Amino acid sequence: MRKKAVRRKTVPLVELAHARSGDKGDTANVGLIALKPEYYPILVKHVTAARVARHFKGMISGPVERYELPNLHALNFLLHGALDGGGTISLKTDAQGKVFSTALLRLELELPK
Amino acid sequence: MKPRSATLRIAAGQGFWGDWLEAPYRQVTGGPIDYLMMDYLAEVTMSILQKQKSRDPSLGYAKDFIPQMERILPIVAQRRIKITANAGGVNPRGCAQAVAETARRLRLGGKLRIGVVTGDDLLGRLDGLLARGHELRNLDTGRPLSDVRDRVVSANAYLGAWPVVEALRGGADIVVTGRVTDTGLTLAPMMHAFGWRPDAWDLLAAGTVAGHTIECGAQCSGGNCLVDWERIPDLANVGYPIVEAAPDGTFEITKHPGTGGRISVAGVKEQLVYEMGNPAEYITPDGIADFTTIRLEQRGKDRVRVSGVRGRPATDKLKVSIGYFYGYKAVGTLVYAWPDAYRKAQAADRILRQRLADLGLTFESVLTEFVGADATHGPLARASAPRDQLPEVQLRIGVRSPDKAAVERFTREIAPLILNGPPSVTGFAGGRPKPEEIVAYWPALLDRRTVEPCVEVVDV
Repeated sequence: MRKKAVRRKTVPLVELAHARSGDKGDTANVGLIALKPEYYPILVKHVTAARVARHFKGMISGPVERYELPNLHALNFLLHGALDGGGTISLKTDAQGKVFSTALLRLELELPK
Repeated sequence: MKPRSATLRIAAGQGFWGDWLEAPYRQVTGGPIDYLMMDYLAEVTMSILQKQKSRDPSLGYAKDFIPQMERILPIVAQRRIKITANAGGVNPRGCAQAVAETARRLRLGGKLRIGVVTGDDLLGRLDGLLARGHELRNLDTGRPLSDVRDRVVSANAYLGAWPVVEALRGGADIVVTGRVTDTGLTLAPMMHAFGWRPDAWDLLAAGTVAGHTIECGAQCSGGNCLVDWERIPDLANVGYPIVEAAPDGTFEITKHPGTGGRISVAGVKEQLVYEMGNPAEYITPDGIADFTTIRLEQRGKDRVRVSGVRGRPATDKLKVSIGYFYGYKAVGTLVYAWPDAYRKAQAADRILRQRLADLGLTFESVLTEFVGADATHGPLARASAPRDQLPEVQLRIGVRSPDKAAVERFTREIAPLILNGPPSVTGFAGGRPKPEEIVAYWPALLDRRTVEPCVEVVDV
């Protein structure tokens, strides 16, 4: 029998979630929140720490950690080494990681149709 | 005295030092509240204040707090509203004295009591602590504080809600503190009003979540909210948040009627995850709050109910916020216009870097950003947007070095580019950038028993 190819579509994360980000030292945190409860499992499955680390390649020097908040339909990401030293040391415009939130929302997911 | 209702209304008046000057007045006049909570201290604020105090021993607190008190004290006294504020910085007594003088000038002498919380300032005790084996290792890097001891400019332990509760029990109407946690300023009124026990961990966690929700002011009532942002009404007239707390640890977030902004589940969620680490372990001096237990429910227009919060016992450590001198930095900018705005800015960057190298200047870091192209989203932005037709691009280049002279020389290399670099350049009206002293943040932990909060309550 011929194997059926799974048809996929590209979905920008910004259509599934909203986000807010902030800083702790040289670490940026991004809270990613599902726009609808039914989107949360999609985020859990597809927006993994590894996927987020790939997304931010070249922008962060440390690892990515992920925490789950099923009660808020949210994931919390810690992006280590994201802020050029952080706080007062950083030379970046976004020294406090305020817009890593929308940078994460640029992620595009390949989901089954 | 007005009758106490079952719920306690705690209003956020300032989310940081520099927040909206109108907010406190609007909170005390816009409807009934029991407490006004004002958060002034960010991580590096203490070092700035310590520097001010070293120049003038009567300073070292958030000076903005005094004109704010001048404006609202007559209303506060009349309506029996109490205030908790960490505006005391590194000089809570000096701050309290200035508030007392203001109150007397307003003929409120004999009508108010001021509580002062100190004991967080460890600067004078550092050598003793190090000698007794407290290494104060950097929580991020693991390095012992002795590595930078001679460069330390401030050191403060984070105190929790308890000393604020003690001041309230002592009859204080206004509690002025040093480095009390942002959340403690909201939790303390609840502990005081409801008589929560020191080991009621779930209740203390609930009050901590309430504090976290409103500690950034309007950031939970429609400000900086991404969801549906264009439809958030009347931000010009934004209402700052108010916690309506019940003795059982449940609470509702709301705001005064007739104000702008929005209190929604989505907006409260955004604030809950703001500056979050491990959500199951939100550690404060008052206990550990588990943010994965929070339940949210929209209970009406601009009203979100929060329940279900679970907590765990406090640890035996206190966090310490240390500021130390790190070096110097400066950032210069120039704006390049169409055509080829981006390529002109890139060329200017190359020329500038070559000149710095030719001068033999070395820096710990040189960072170039192209504002309008990639400054905030870096390679992610470069991958998605066409750059050849940008109407303008701001070249933003920053340097950092322990050597002040190198940074100083850098600041003189920006303006010449206007006449001796790529064309169509403007946006230099601000003049030469100034080298800035960097005071860096050194977070550490300290045995809780080594810190003794001190509480005084004085009549005005």
